[in-house]
Amino acid sequence: MAIAPETLKEEALEPRSAPPGSGAAHDDNFHNPPEKPSAQFHHDADVITRDLRHRALIQSALGKYGLARASKQSKFQDWQAARQAAGDVKWEALGRLDSHLRDFADKIEARGAKVFWASHGDEARDYVVQVIKDAGAKRIIKSKTMTGEEIHLNAALEKEGFEVAESDLGEYIVQLREEAPYHFVFPAMHLSRGEISDLFKEKLGTESTDDPERLTMIAREVMREKYIAADVGISGANFAISETGTISITENEGNARLTIGLPKIHIAIFGIEKVLPKMSDLALFLPMLATAGAGQALTGYNTLISGPRQPGEIDGPEELHIVLLDNGRTNLLADPEQRDALHCIRCGACLNVCPIFKNVGGHTYGTTYQGPIGSVITPHLRELQTWKHLSSASSLCGACTETCPVKIDIAHHLLQNRRNAVKEKSVWWEKLAMQGFAFFMNQPKLYRLALKVAPLAQAFHPLIKGRKIDPMYVWTKDRDFPKVARQSFREFWSKRQK
Amino acid sequence: MQHQTKSNREGILSAIRRALAVPAPRPGHHEGEAKTQQEPKFHSTLPIMGQEPVSSWLPPVGASWDDWRDLFAANSVDLKTEFIVCADEADLNAHLKRLAEQNGWKKVALHHGELTDKAQAALGLETMWVDKGYDPHELEKCDAGLTQCDALVAQTGSVVMSNPSAGGRVLSVLPPHHVVLARRDQLLPDLPTAFELMQSKYGDNYPSLMGFITGPSRTGDIERILVLGAHGPKKLTVLVV
Repeated sequence: MAIAPETLKEEALEPRSAPPGSGAAHDDNFHNPPEKPSAQFHHDADVITRDLRHRALIQSALGKYGLARASKQSKFQDWQAARQAAGDVKWEALGRLDSHLRDFADKIEARGAKVFWASHGDEARDYVVQVIKDAGAKRIIKSKTMTGEEIHLNAALEKEGFEVAESDLGEYIVQLREEAPYHFVFPAMHLSRGEISDLFKEKLGTESTDDPERLTMIAREVMREKYIAADVGISGANFAISETGTISITENEGNARLTIGLPKIHIAIFGIEKVLPKMSDLALFLPMLATAGAGQALTGYNTLISGPRQPGEIDGPEELHIVLLDNGRTNLLADPEQRDALHCIRCGACLNVCPIFKNVGGHTYGTTYQGPIGSVITPHLRELQTWKHLSSASSLCGACTETCPVKIDIAHHLLQNRRNAVKEKSVWWEKLAMQGFAFFMNQPKLYRLALKVAPLAQAFHPLIKGRKIDPMYVWTKDRDFPKVARQSFREFWSKRQK
Repeated sequence: MQHQTKSNREGILSAIRRALAVPAPRPGHHEGEAKTQQEPKFHSTLPIMGQEPVSSWLPPVGASWDDWRDLFAANSVDLKTEFIVCADEADLNAHLKRLAEQNGWKKVALHHGELTDKAQAALGLETMWVDKGYDPHELEKCDAGLTQCDALVAQTGSVVMSNPSAGGRVLSVLPPHHVVLARRDQLLPDLPTAFELMQSKYGDNYPSLMGFITGPSRTGDIERILVLGAHGPKKLTVLVV
């Protein structure tokens, strides 16, 4: 239904999630929520869905993704069999997560790495800070780590006075804007080249350009010196191989290769669910991640790290620290119904196909992991009642389930979250409303009477329509209400039978 | 090192064991089948990697060396990798000289190896060897980094490299042009074969870094528009002899 024209004028409204320059991305929203996340979600969704500039940017970016992905996926001989196998391998890995993790840690420690097991984000942050302090280090270069975002690592490091540079281009852009990543694979997808040019001009003093290549080269020049000067490189990991004690890092820009190649200390931080049993499993997971994530046959750089610099090697860090993070993942693991949500390889495909994501945008979610998978896991990683509204931000079209390369049944998990939220704590007026509805639908006489009255009542609706006193306000503020038929189907049918 | 925060290995492992008390259904199956996870022999019932099926799901590669060469060439066009199959060593040297001239190389960085030593001799340019340590500032100023590799993968147009095969972690990413020198027999059909090779070559003593390089460094972070040379090399040339 069409958006009523007068509502378009309200665009002056600003979204409340991490506005540029507010430093909101550095706030620990987890501990000090600025407002109820559901209120923030509804407000921002309202603003962003009407932002035609946002719509055009996202449709163009995701249109390109869609074409690239379809072309690469069609080259697979059997994508569905590959999905099933990938899901099975992850299921196997999680079913024996304790022994896989122990093997992984023992193997990589035997090669000289230190493994730190962190139950919560603050433990992980404290450990990373301690490692850097112990080394007397100052300058830190980071390649992308969503786990780092999850525990607000940058804020903790900057508070200690360390100089932190995000090297991934998208992450660098959002770091300069002091906002959270918009999308956990495409962090700066919500920005046009013009906005990025203005940002660089303001922060770096460079000249305006509308050439993406020139903009990329600006970031390249800035980062080159930082890689060489950095004392510590921090990365995430996409997979951890228990068989060999290896981590696998996927990236396109070469920034992770430099981050883990030049500094003396490498810290890799990732969730405990990242394990795969065998190195050869990567022959399946690397191309699937690339195809589902960005429509590539294989991502530019896939790097397997099995320890710090070994004897006889030319270069590489002297120390490798592995931070394994739980931070609520064992809560999700304890739910057999939704355990498969931990199969997620963070390709971001479910965001890219989600009609809700495309309309409300990434920042609206107010979470580290946006989109359908974020809506499934956030209530488990944090708290159900505060984050249950995300599971209602779904049309249940099932596109997420369909696209997932590891066959997570995302759409059903959203329904299960809704059910669990009501089971745990029902809302009195919702319960009352549903009871009222059930009573009404069980009274045929009342129902028929309502059918008769409705067209008359609707004649008076324009008096209050679209105003807050309208009982249909949530619907009618943006949309027309369908006209109630003068004649019910039952009446129509019985007349026809005569 | 004395850390104030304690590593909680046993705490997390026991939380995991508690969480796994109830098995989960296999993906795409119904809840009744959940118990299969408890069966000790289920490993063999799963289509786990390293067995035949994986290759039969991934993109097809053809059966002969010529098929693989053509596929690697087609993927290279897509990736904007320069891929040259040289007739013999004289041809390789001619291509190297042409590259040096076209790209205006003045100084190149290399590691010692059968192919790289010959290339250095053929080029006759100012040279930086990285084998005995190097200054990253100097390496950054080199016009190209020439390395060998472990393998080439036709399926994805990838170069498989590692710390020992390609002169360490940095030589292949810091200079603006990465040139890979490979022998004909290093071209492999697909990813499973590449992992088999790495396993048989390095066994339990893996180098600290192994990598798949697929095209020059790239980004799409600005409006999903492809730009080459984000942080790593702007150009990738693969020469096979």
